[in-house]
Amino acid sequence: MLQFMVKRILMMIPIVLLISIIVFWIIQLPPGDYVTTYAASLRAMGEDVDAAEMARMREAMGLSQPFHIQYWNWITAIVLRGDFGFSFEWGSRVTVVIASRLPATLALSFTTLLFTYLVAIPIGIYSATHQYSLGDYVATFFGFMGVATPNFLLALVLLYVAFNYFGVNLSGLFSREFIDAPWSLARVWDMMKHLPIPIFVIGTAGTAGMIRVMRSQMLDEIRKQYVVTARSKGVEERRLTFKYPVRAALNPIVSTIGWALTGIFSGSTITAIVLNLQTQGPVTYRALRNQDMYLAGGFLLILSVLTVIGTLVSDILLAWLDPRIRYERKGS
Amino acid sequence: MSLRRFFSRQPGNDSQAHDEIEQAVLDEGIAVDPLMKTLGDDYYLAGQWTLMWRKFKRHRIARVSILVLGAFYFIAIFANFFSVQGLRSYDSRFTNAPPTRIRIIHHEDGLRLPFVYGLTFERDPETMRRRYVADESVAYRVRLFTRGEPYRFWGLFETDIRFYGVDDPGRIFLLGTDSMGRDLFSRMVHGARISLSIGMVGVIISLVVGTIMGAISGYFGGTVDTIIQRIIEVLRSFPEIPLWMGLSAALPPNMPIVQTYFLITIILSFIGWTGLARVVRGKFISMREEDYIMAAKVSGASDARVIRKHMIPGFMSYLLVEVTLAVPRMILAETSLSFLGLGLRSPATSWGVLLQEAQSIQAISLYPWLLVPVIPVIVTVLAFNFAGDGLRDAADPYHEG
Repeated sequence: MLQFMVKRILMMIPIVLLISIIVFWIIQLPPGDYVTTYAASLRAMGEDVDAAEMARMREAMGLSQPFHIQYWNWITAIVLRGDFGFSFEWGSRVTVVIASRLPATLALSFTTLLFTYLVAIPIGIYSATHQYSLGDYVATFFGFMGVATPNFLLALVLLYVAFNYFGVNLSGLFSREFIDAPWSLARVWDMMKHLPIPIFVIGTAGTAGMIRVMRSQMLDEIRKQYVVTARSKGVEERRLTFKYPVRAALNPIVSTIGWALTGIFSGSTITAIVLNLQTQGPVTYRALRNQDMYLAGGFLLILSVLTVIGTLVSDILLAWLDPRIRYERKGS
Repeated sequence: MSLRRFFSRQPGNDSQAHDEIEQAVLDEGIAVDPLMKTLGDDYYLAGQWTLMWRKFKRHRIARVSILVLGAFYFIAIFANFFSVQGLRSYDSRFTNAPPTRIRIIHHEDGLRLPFVYGLTFERDPETMRRRYVADESVAYRVRLFTRGEPYRFWGLFETDIRFYGVDDPGRIFLLGTDSMGRDLFSRMVHGARISLSIGMVGVIISLVVGTIMGAISGYFGGTVDTIIQRIIEVLRSFPEIPLWMGLSAALPPNMPIVQTYFLITIILSFIGWTGLARVVRGKFISMREEDYIMAAKVSGASDARVIRKHMIPGFMSYLLVEVTLAVPRMILAETSLSFLGLGLRSPATSWGVLLQEAQSIQAISLYPWLLVPVIPVIVTVLAFNFAGDGLRDAADPYHEG
């Protein structure tokens, strides 16, 4: 097991390196650079920017160097000094911007995951033990609807309903006075009050998918002979369900926690933009649009690394829960 | 009659068939399965696709879904016919008009064939916004197959026959208009072309790349397999949506529509092919061990022939399921990107582009009909998912149905 883990972790290194190259390539992709965008915005305000000035700015920002040198400087600064570069738009270090957004992003993602499990698992169990009942049909219907409705559309509809019928504006993750305040107990409490709507919106799709997985897993398990045996021995139905098939059915769900989490990371991006949450979504979006390349790159890289770690956790959990995977890998 | 001769016949349901198979079975000395008699010969002689189709037909929701999708694609293909306005038409006299009510009860004459009242507006004294009111002094009948704004039918010939409409100067906005006075229903019908086709094109690209890569990976194994698997692993490590956002942010805003369209599909397929490649690879690895593949190889068939003639038909049905489930993901992705302004932009029209107008809470609280393009998105995605589910059950030979 230890050997398997070490091997998997070592395999991560080249993958992360390749990812960092692709990330850097993506943030370099747009024609022009930040100086072009900046000059355009200055011109829009009526100021004049000449070519020499722009060249000087490029030189100062290190934007005139060839791709591989820029990449090398970028990645070595990250690895050696934990320095993600400078955000042109925010006028501060990228690490500062990331630090201001990452805690809320992680808090939102984890609570959403918790919500997903708490809702999906009981419904999945109920659906399977009451197959073809009214409740099962309702759950299946909502499951399909949840998968089909893009999160951001759900967010829009909720915003509309809340605004029009209840007169409240749901957007944001903090009240106005807490948006730029430093982290404190009061700020955390304020965030907790704003969390339910985003959790609900981001969690629906995942919940819907998980209900279906849990249901089919349970259906597979409760038809197995050990359940029949237990029942014929007179074990009470409720105890029987929770003691055996539920545990077995939970395996694939628990072990895919890493994938679920990264799905939430990815999926919450657009919702966060629509709901104007103070998470990474809107910042990444703006950075990408305004070619604030180091900020965009920083977030893309962190999200990708988190995805890799999520997959790793899932792989290890799978191997831990299911020895067959471990031996198969060893054999090949 | 020997078994071989029997099976080379065209499958039919003639009364002779049953006797023949029994005779053939006796000739070859095989025990007759009693089930065979109850299920009938055509069941045993039916090909894989016939069997799948039969099972699929029994899946009611999937069948309805296919019909819905068929209708949607039909409307998209004949978008000009089913709309009342062309893509570039607008009517600045009727900006942000609410959906026109189709009535059957006239305030004077009582019951009438479907008609609409004329449309006038007045200014709200406080907000100075336009408020549309029905002008009950005039009524226009809603007509089908009527003359409307002229258009070129598929660029072939000029015509002005539209599916529905009202006589001039009446106006019919089934779902209201936007801030430029464009009929939302017409825009939705035109947008269906891009929204519905982008998923298809994207999936076809993914399918071609995925099948080739997966086939190479699974058939040859070894180093090639390792390299391709690592590439897939790296690509799958990216969070999908931020990656798509990053790539489409690189598209210059002033690019021609057609070019943007194809680049978006390529961006969507960037990760999409990896999923299909995995399915194909898995199937290849399990099939490689099958006796009939071995038999083909021993008989001297080339690699390409084994793949083409023996392996691909073997997992076509699974691939079909995967594809059906991949299309809605791409449609959703395009909608999201266009909604954010990172995908297609006006004057290109897709459902995502239409939803851009519904981005602000002010807009949707004043003009809630702007949210309507949400409905075709959800219906399409649901239909594809149900159809995929039905196909999956139908493709599974062990699934009783």
